[in-house]
Amino acid sequence: MTKKLLSGNEAIALGAYEADCSAATGYPGTPSTEILENISKHYADKIYCEWSPNEKVAFEAAVGASTTGARAIVTMKHVGLNVAADPLMTLSYTGVAGGFIAVVADDPGMNSSQNEQDTRLFAHFAKVPVLEPSDSQEAKDFVKVGFEISEQFGTPVILRATTMVSHSRCVVEPGTLMALNRPHSFQRDPQRLVPIPAYARQMRVRLDERIERLQKAASVSSLNRIEWNESGDRGVGIVTSSSAYQYVKEVFPEANVLKLGWCYPFPDELMLAFADAVEQVVVVEELDNFVEHHMKALGIATIGKKIGDEKLVPNYGALDVDVLKKARKQLSENPATAKYFTAPTETPKAERPELPTLPNRPPVLCPGCPHRGLFYALKKFDVVVAGDIGCYSLAVAPPLNCMDTVLCMGGGFTVAHGIDCAKNDRPVVGVLGDSTFFHSGMTGLSDIVYNKGKSTLIVLDNRITAMTGHQENPGTGKTIMGEATYEAKIEDIAKALGMKNVVTISPNQLDHTTATLKTAIESDEPWLVVVKEPCPLAFRKKPDHRVRVNQEKCKKCGACLKFGCPAIELKGDKTVTVNETLCAACDVCMQICKFGAFESCDINSAKGGLA
Amino acid sequence: MSAKETTNVVLVGVGGQGILLSSAIIATAALDSGYDVKTNEIHGMAQRGGSVLTQIRYGEKVYSPLIPKGTASVLASLEKSEALRYIDYLAPDGLAVVSDQVIVPVTVSSGAATYPDLDEAGLRKIFPRLAYINAAEKAAELGNARAANGVLLGSLSTKLDLDDDAWQNAIKKCVKPAFIDLNLKAFYVGRELAQKA
Repeated sequence: MTKKLLSGNEAIALGAYEADCSAATGYPGTPSTEILENISKHYADKIYCEWSPNEKVAFEAAVGASTTGARAIVTMKHVGLNVAADPLMTLSYTGVAGGFIAVVADDPGMNSSQNEQDTRLFAHFAKVPVLEPSDSQEAKDFVKVGFEISEQFGTPVILRATTMVSHSRCVVEPGTLMALNRPHSFQRDPQRLVPIPAYARQMRVRLDERIERLQKAASVSSLNRIEWNESGDRGVGIVTSSSAYQYVKEVFPEANVLKLGWCYPFPDELMLAFADAVEQVVVVEELDNFVEHHMKALGIATIGKKIGDEKLVPNYGALDVDVLKKARKQLSENPATAKYFTAPTETPKAERPELPTLPNRPPVLCPGCPHRGLFYALKKFDVVVAGDIGCYSLAVAPPLNCMDTVLCMGGGFTVAHGIDCAKNDRPVVGVLGDSTFFHSGMTGLSDIVYNKGKSTLIVLDNRITAMTGHQENPGTGKTIMGEATYEAKIEDIAKALGMKNVVTISPNQLDHTTATLKTAIESDEPWLVVVKEPCPLAFRKKPDHRVRVNQEKCKKCGACLKFGCPAIELKGDKTVTVNETLCAACDVCMQICKFGAFESCDINSAKGGLA
Repeated sequence: MSAKETTNVVLVGVGGQGILLSSAIIATAALDSGYDVKTNEIHGMAQRGGSVLTQIRYGEKVYSPLIPKGTASVLASLEKSEALRYIDYLAPDGLAVVSDQVIVPVTVSSGAATYPDLDEAGLRKIFPRLAYINAAEKAAELGNARAANGVLLGSLSTKLDLDDDAWQNAIKKCVKPAFIDLNLKAFYVGRELAQKA
């Protein structure tokens, strides 16, 4: 087989295919999104694939598939598991028939997330095994082993990826394709599948027995291995997992290593045997001290996040070689450990002159982004803006400064409602996107109508799940396979839930947008404003005209700069120009400028006196 | 490079410039030359005009996909100021390949920050080993300014010990058929630029 360079996410998709998985579901979320995208693109001949409206739905659909004996996989980012926590917590009781894997991608360092969560703790909480690949090859292989563990013990399995594992490309050797040739047939078994209290109590006992059997299996599993120092030195033993393993191999090449690929249920026998064989145990793990705490509970004197009172390996953020080099230096200098560690090899430093100050280059709303027009209009009102997760979170940044709270998916409507219930001194506006409306915004809207709230609700319907890289959702009229399907109308859903005041606008008509917002905000009733305009990044269309600045009309007042469009550029002498390669010709700047300096020009026209 | 050592390459730019394609070409060329390869790229919000960083490592056995600071043989930037943002990765004797293209960040266009005043002489003080190239202009001469990443790739390839066949094959494998010729031409223009620099 030819070796391939695959990202961890591509490898997980291939692993599902090789292991004859039958169903794959999920909700997009960085860094997990490309798993399902790859399955739908390359492996849909054998695997049913869907984007579900949220992670709970995706999880439950995969559970259903598994009850028939089919292998099923569900994918999400770490915060998605919070949404799917309800089915997870009971699935460990009812167990599974066909292999069931929840792939959960953590984001240490919060590259694209609102928090950090260590999903290993969730696995412990739910009493399910958790596997931790450290590169793409393992990511693929662990899917197959995960299905085997799942079926052998009748348990759901969590495959925990991280941003580093999901988004790094490594060399992968493809395996052979399995053909299970199983009948998919649901078997009635209420004592196992229906946790009414009388049955659930029995399930709880069986769950404990299962954990004990899993613990023994983990100790002898090939996923957990010891790499002994070849010279026979047994001074230091490092326990590590996930991509931390890769950094350990680079920074501590001489250490004995217990590499955990299956860390919970804890492989106690293996941990104790390793600790017995070495003089000093050190646990190197990203995020929480999950393994460290357990090893200490086993009575092993291990160093982990701290050495004495000194911080050693951070318990937040992503690790890397440089972080571990610093830790090695501390270990080599601390009297308690100095005899085991030499100082790390220092990289020679370059002598360089002082660098000029660099301007920040934060991610921004794209040129032509419909969110910008809405927030530009909204910021004229003295209101509290409660938002949620999406590109529009970027409206928090200057010059828009128009996002006051972000909590979680769907939280825009519900947090707004709470602010309204507390009789806040200013009106409140709740903002969601189209995908987050279907994810968990509908229930919030229902709450507001039901309990007679009066918040102004806005759905920024850009016809796609944009921030995660443009995935379909129930409102786009297409499935993940690109097939046409029913296109759910946000307006119809709101009306069905009892919302009387529903209006649809384009944010690129500024005056109309402002007038609509005024009516809604001043009203004693709740309003839903659907702001409908396609994402220009997903539905790129060539502008049919150009927008340029007539320098004779421009008063250099800077009003247009408060719009924050990347295509509007300020030169040193306060001259404003339009960058024609960036400009999407949405024309909102023409409506902002009181002096009419922005002019619409023929697409083929030369610049003339305009800039 | 001795067989045991790992070669580190850092490619930077701004979302949408085609950095990821260049990264895939380097990785493919190294893989087909028999090396172990790992790469890492920033996803997610980078697409929205943010700064983009990709790292490529190859050698006999590569562990970390991330490059330790101060060890990159090459730091190549498709945008003038972005090279400075990631300077810490570059080894003291490493080569900086900097394209003269300027993409003004919104912090500058809105007047909140200023773009550094950098000319070739200024950059040369910071990067003693510098190939300062007009990648976009050269690509435009070939018929498509978007092939600037191909020019940059050619320039940075002069510092890497992968042979010509490996580069050609990798370009043919990674680039869409319609753009292979353009990218091959851009690659050799870039090589020539760096050799002159």
